[in-house]
Amino acid sequence: MLPGRHLFVFVVTIWGINSVPAHAETIQITIDNLVFSPEELKAKVGDTIAWINKDIVAHTATARGDWDVMIPANKSASLVLTKAGIVEYYCRLHPNMKGWIAITPE
Amino acid sequence: MLVRLSAAIAAFYMLSGAGVAQAAAKPTDPQIAHIAYTAGLLDIEAAKQALSKSTNKDVRAFAEDMVRDHTAVNDKALALVKKLNVTPEDNDTSRALTKQAAEKRAELSKLDGAEFAKAYIANEVAYHKTVNGALETTLIPSASNPELKSLLRTGLKIFQGHQQHAEEVAAALK
Repeated sequence: MLPGRHLFVFVVTIWGINSVPAHAETIQITIDNLVFSPEELKAKVGDTIAWINKDIVAHTATARGDWDVMIPANKSASLVLTKAGIVEYYCRLHPNMKGWIAITPE
Repeated sequence: MLVRLSAAIAAFYMLSGAGVAQAAAKPTDPQIAHIAYTAGLLDIEAAKQALSKSTNKDVRAFAEDMVRDHTAVNDKALALVKKLNVTPEDNDTSRALTKQAAEKRAELSKLDGAEFAKAYIANEVAYHKTVNGALETTLIPSASNPELKSLLRTGLKIFQGHQQHAEEVAAALK
């Protein structure tokens, strides 16, 4: 019984390690005082972008003709990247806020 | 409106500069708090008028943003003056702002449909431009409390965003 259990743990561990590089990441962007930080970042298809809004007003992360994420005041919101390319996004409510994401294929 | 409002603000500071034997005609923190709060309140009133009169989707969305953002900033301002134990003080600039906003509201009330939408948004561009100018050149440099200064700076960034947003809506209405 005991050796069998060890083997099970071993197999699970190996599987866990091997699967790590294939896992998509979650990348955080903080919004503080109407600035996306980091303003520019690299990501890949399948990654999740999580915007954390520390401001007292709501913002959006809007890529024209693509996505439009509403981020309420003092809350966060996220999006899974599905397409490769360089995306410029902005806040629809305060167009003086801009950010860029360079998305590489998976 | 823009010219008259700027003139009123300039006249107030020139008058108070000449009337008081001081090096600079600097508004005090209680006066600054009152001016900033009043400016926000007047824009909320303008937005409420737009929400009651306009059916244009972009104009209504803009007006809703104004109500939400200016309420958030003013709530923060109220909490700050309470914390600092400052009583906002009525002054010539906030009175001039209030008087001119009432005149504008009366003027806009006579308009409808696309005419109203264009006039409301044009005034929002002009109003934010004036208030942002006053924040940049007078209110922020004159504020002595660091927390008040910081809130005014955040407000300026938010209102610059509103000005740009209003300019975009105005361009789409043409």
